[in-house]
Amino acid sequence: MESLLNPWPWYVSGPLIALVMALLLYFGKTFGMSSNLRTLCAIGGAGKISNFFKFNWRDQAWNLTVVLGAIIGGYIAVQYLSNNSGTDLNPKTAAELKTMGFENPGSTLVPNEIFGLDILTTPKGVLLLVIGGLLVGFGTRYADGCTSGHAITGLSSLQKPSLIAVIGFFIGGLIMTNFILPLLF
Amino acid sequence: MKFLKFLFVGIFFGIVLVKSEAVSWFRIYEMFRFQSFHMYGIIGTAVASGILFLQIAKKGHIKSIKGADIFVPKKDNGLIRYIVGGIIFGFGWALIGACPGPMYILLGTGVWSMIVVIAAATLGTFIYGVLKNKLPH
Repeated sequence: MESLLNPWPWYVSGPLIALVMALLLYFGKTFGMSSNLRTLCAIGGAGKISNFFKFNWRDQAWNLTVVLGAIIGGYIAVQYLSNNSGTDLNPKTAAELKTMGFENPGSTLVPNEIFGLDILTTPKGVLLLVIGGLLVGFGTRYADGCTSGHAITGLSSLQKPSLIAVIGFFIGGLIMTNFILPLLF
Repeated sequence: MKFLKFLFVGIFFGIVLVKSEAVSWFRIYEMFRFQSFHMYGIIGTAVASGILFLQIAKKGHIKSIKGADIFVPKKDNGLIRYIVGGIIFGFGWALIGACPGPMYILLGTGVWSMIVVIAAATLGTFIYGVLKNKLPH
């Protein structure tokens, strides 16, 4: 039981993520979480403005159900399958984040300095969340997929476009973490 | 209930991503600083298992629930959209530490600010849809 409540090692987690992809393929669908953002646009009536959103969103209801499940899964994991052991970060990472002003790095899943509700009352706090969301939402559709669609499904099926996209993910991520985040914090 | 199986896959997905710490902003930061093997181990073993599954499926040993071949849709050929779109996505991923799956999962863990991120990501997708024909692909 203790090993279930502790964070799971990478060699267990990785194959289980592949199992999610395998199950969806077995059910005749594909693993792609970002498509749901497009579906949300279609539900909101974006089809009136762009043909990109002109499709029957009900065909995507299965994927929205996966989203609903993922939300419930997140709740179950923290409520019933956790012992609040925190994330065992590299001490170097933790020290670095502390000097940037992050208190207790790894004690929560996300830093309070970015996601705390009190941060939402500051312009900088709201701006970071909005810009981050915009970049992810725009970038994922432009690149035709996100981590699940390209990094897991695309690489597993040995597709060159997905390799290019994943290289892009890392170029962007490395620039943000190493050069832009230090300017913001 | 044909949707029930998808609900369960989603629940499983949510649990795995929380327990693997792949939804942790700190783990994403650590990954992009090359200070831990953890995330590389997850992605590496996920892709290795995925390749193995699809190779076995390709030989016809695994069929879908309806008895059809396991099918992964092919992405269009291209370069600009994948590299430029990928870089833009990477900026956002590293900034907020969450890609589209974890956004929802973190909402479930009680990170309410994710509502702002999800709304902004939906708007970002909308902006892409409007500009689509003007962008190089």
